[in-house]
Amino acid sequence: MKLGVLFSGGKDSTYAAYLAKKKGYKLGCLISIVSENPDSFMFHTPSINCVEKQAEVMGIPLIMIRTSGEKEKELWDLENAIKIAINKYKIKGIVTGAVESVYQSSRIQIICNKLKIECFNPLWQKGQLELLSELIKNRFEVIITSVAAYPFNVSWILRKIDGKFIRDVSKLADKYEINPAGEGGEFESLVLNCPLFKKKLKVIGFKTSGSGNAFRSEVRLR
Amino acid sequence: MNLIINICKEKLHYFEFVKPICDILDNNKISYFVKDYKRVGKADLEKASKVIICGTSLYDNEFIKNIKKFKWIIDFDKPILGICGGMQIIGLLFGGKIGKESEIGFYNENFTREFFGLIGECEVYHLHNNYVDFSKLKEFEVFCVGDLGISQAIKHNEKDVYGVLFHPEVRNKDLIIKFCSL
Repeated sequence: MKLGVLFSGGKDSTYAAYLAKKKGYKLGCLISIVSENPDSFMFHTPSINCVEKQAEVMGIPLIMIRTSGEKEKELWDLENAIKIAINKYKIKGIVTGAVESVYQSSRIQIICNKLKIECFNPLWQKGQLELLSELIKNRFEVIITSVAAYPFNVSWILRKIDGKFIRDVSKLADKYEINPAGEGGEFESLVLNCPLFKKKLKVIGFKTSGSGNAFRSEVRLR
Repeated sequence: MNLIINICKEKLHYFEFVKPICDILDNNKISYFVKDYKRVGKADLEKASKVIICGTSLYDNEFIKNIKKFKWIIDFDKPILGICGGMQIIGLLFGGKIGKESEIGFYNENFTREFFGLIGECEVYHLHNNYVDFSKLKEFEVFCVGDLGISQAIKHNEKDVYGVLFHPEVRNKDLIIKFCSL
């Protein structure tokens, strides 16, 4: 079965795509929604513009749609993007990196149901620390591109997800009841390399902005 | 040892509909083994102390065509919990028919009697296009009926055969643990 990947370029959607390929599914295209609304509950990745480079090194066609990010309009834009993927790449299903968010996953399920295609959520309800550990085990190189919760600060920006990261974030999770994999929007990530990539991406520039416990970095890749 | 039955035709759905159940059992140190519904044999049923039949996706309904593979349920004398598609299988085997109604996302459902710790209004996660109306099946007691008149939680009158149309692995994990403690 050929699938479209609802792709943000972060760890969850990339790992979901990896699991789909590992299970024998063909990745027909990536679908990325660029929201102009930084407060969107559906699409909120600071380094979304990096998906073009990621698609290039994955050798998978990219459908990139911009949306104003108004609550219902962005769902309509997502539905249109999936329709394009169905018509152009003949996909029969969507794979997402949804872990906990019923808000996001149920809306995507409703769209897929309407379009009569399968919806796959291979990370659904997955343990947060298990997810981080599997990324490392499967040679994913992932960096943090934004933080938005106490006690994170600017020092976490561009930090790599490795063993030390998991230990540090676990301590914070115990103490401050945050989600260690960032599922609650505590941080966003960007994949620089993984088994789906034909070559590793390098950060050649970044611009960080923010204050207090909320920072975001716009990254340039090569 | 609990038997977890996978009814997904699509391999990738294992992670979404079976693994979360396995994780709940792992986290509570409850032993289990997993089998595809087409491969469940006599030895598996003898080995199993209880059976959980997991659900699957909105369009992964091959199991309905293969309902005969579940005929063993009728004479099985150990506890069974059918989740979503698993509840539909139980209904079909006991003479029910598939109805069509989509419910997706969080819903508040009213449990008129306690059902594995759920009582009164409780939030549950739905993901189905199909259901079986158990109110027409005399052998079953219905513990919860949704706004659309759809049976959401049932138990066989004489046997430990239970079913839920919602997915307890999302927001009602204790239900699964309580079932395993029967």
